[in-house]
Amino acid sequence: MGTYIFRRLIWTALLLFFVSALTFLIFNVLPTADPAKLRAGRNQTPETVAAIREQLNLDDPFLVRFFSYLGDLLFRFDFGTSVLNDEPVRPLIFEALPNTLMLVLGAAFVWFASGVVIGTISAVRRGTIIDRVAMTTALVAISAPVYWLGLVALYLFSSDLGVLGLFPAAGTYDAADGIFTNISSLFLPWLVLAAAFAAIYARLLRSNLLEVMSEDYIRTARAKGLKERRVIFRHGLRSAITPIITVLGLDIGILMGGAILTESVFGIPGIGRLSFDAINRNDIDIVQGTTLFLALGVCLMSLLVDVLYAFLDPRVRF
Amino acid sequence: MAPLLQVTDLRVHFHTDDGIVKAVDGISYSVDAGQTLGIVGESGSGKSVSSMTVMGLTRAKNAQISGSIVFDGKELLTATEDELRRVRGGPVSMIFQDPLSSLHPMYKIGKQLVEAVRTHQDVSKARALDRAVEMLGLVGLPEPRRRVDSYPHEFSGGMRQRVMIAMALCNDPKLLIADEPTTALDVTVQAQILDLLERLKRELDTAIVLITHDLGVVAEVTDDIAVMYAGRIVEKAPKGAIFAAPEHPYTWGLLRSIPRLDSPRDEELVPIPGRPPSLINPPSGCSFHPRCPYVREAHTRVDPALEPVPGAREHAVACLLTGETRQALWAELASGADPEAAKAAATPAAAAGPGRLEEEGS
Repeated sequence: MGTYIFRRLIWTALLLFFVSALTFLIFNVLPTADPAKLRAGRNQTPETVAAIREQLNLDDPFLVRFFSYLGDLLFRFDFGTSVLNDEPVRPLIFEALPNTLMLVLGAAFVWFASGVVIGTISAVRRGTIIDRVAMTTALVAISAPVYWLGLVALYLFSSDLGVLGLFPAAGTYDAADGIFTNISSLFLPWLVLAAAFAAIYARLLRSNLLEVMSEDYIRTARAKGLKERRVIFRHGLRSAITPIITVLGLDIGILMGGAILTESVFGIPGIGRLSFDAINRNDIDIVQGTTLFLALGVCLMSLLVDVLYAFLDPRVRF
Repeated sequence: MAPLLQVTDLRVHFHTDDGIVKAVDGISYSVDAGQTLGIVGESGSGKSVSSMTVMGLTRAKNAQISGSIVFDGKELLTATEDELRRVRGGPVSMIFQDPLSSLHPMYKIGKQLVEAVRTHQDVSKARALDRAVEMLGLVGLPEPRRRVDSYPHEFSGGMRQRVMIAMALCNDPKLLIADEPTTALDVTVQAQILDLLERLKRELDTAIVLITHDLGVVAEVTDDIAVMYAGRIVEKAPKGAIFAAPEHPYTWGLLRSIPRLDSPRDEELVPIPGRPPSLINPPSGCSFHPRCPYVREAHTRVDPALEPVPGAREHAVACLLTGETRQALWAELASGADPEAAKAAATPAAAAGPGRLEEEGS
């Protein structure tokens, strides 16, 4: 197990190296806006631009710049500095991170719990009206785009422009005010972000559980004289839920890079919002930083999931 | 004394999109306490369905079950789900064909046994674990105290089946239903498991219903044998009679398709031609007639009932051939003749044509 984790960490490092190289390549070599020109402002002269290029070492060869960036990243965990407003990127990410974490973890809880509950009910009541309604609703939830769902939710429920005004308006949550202050502002974003995931998980769990319930060991469990409830929850669900936990880990990892649409619609200053704004402004260093951060999230979560899987399914050994 | 298990005219029909599957179509048998009944038949003969029904495991929306199953004086067919649950794994328990897929892959075997014990006995987990260890020892699992912390995949096939047997026996069942308990195992391991069942039957005085497609398996452990074909019992007799004086052409086919140590080395095994019949549209008349070498015209119309063999105790057969014809045919077959030769030899007046033979029940 130890060597396995070590090996995986080496791979993770290697992968992150490639990701950083790739993002650096994309943003610095392929034609994008010239950072120096962006920095120079409205009334720029060629001289100021040249001076800025000099100051930011933009005229150095690509490899020199890349390794200087990588060196900063590795040894000082420095994601560079935004050329637009001269702010270091790392604090920007770490300010945004709690917002994304709160959004994603809360939503993950919502979608996992509701997905499992709905999926189980659907599987147990297979073919009934409950099952059909649940699965049709799930299909709608999967098909509805988040930005649309978010706007509808705001229109219906937010306190400023909503018809019902049940929940606080968009843009009222910021973990900087205290993580749990205004937590009710996250309810709508949680539900909106969770909707599609919950639907996918419900369908996944339903089909897993249906498959498991026809396994021989379920027949054994019944032959032991167990109550059907126990057969379903202890024996069926135990097997059906395991692969879903893997998917959950990966989904959370991916969302660590920010739930761009949800954060934008609800005005949550998270990593997704940070990337979104940075992309709009051509703020290369920030985009680079958040991209790397996303890759890191995915790698670490997939490692965590694989290790966790060995505990969940005793047949898996490294 | 009333038998421990009395099954009377049991029918299990499943309504499917393709039609009604008559998986079990009117079977009756009984098992006395401590006795072993072997139910033999091909895949799809209804042998598994009939025993699953005893456990109430075939109850489904599309299943139509009729007849009577009386266990220990209690009717199980009309029992509520709660009553049945108390029977399952308690006084009646079951082991299955594939011991790997029959054990939950994610729970330690100790936990699975403890669960079985505590479902039927109000004891602490520690006491239940003691019981589990005791049972695992009884079925011959080495170092049971240590192995309870193992997972099923860490065992060999034979050991897994021992675990299944231990689990089935941990609540002192009066009846153990073993559904193809050795089919998924290596031959040497098969013999060990059969020895184990034989020993446990003697030590624990448990009645056993042993379901198998392999006459060699029932030869080892059973007292009585019922041969099933297309959802019905076609022959029922004490073990000795089945092997010495079988009456049904299907039983002959089964016997002649298994190798025997005492048969001449160059003797060929004779397969039963054809395939098991559809249970949705079973053949008219005797359901074995499309595969029977000795079929007569009337057999395609008349449905034989299971009737006592004249002069034999506890031997019943559902066949339209006369007793004399059957005896003559078997005598020829037993001496090594092929079915065609036997047919010719057993009918001295063969030239007179098939119509010469009388037909019972017609």
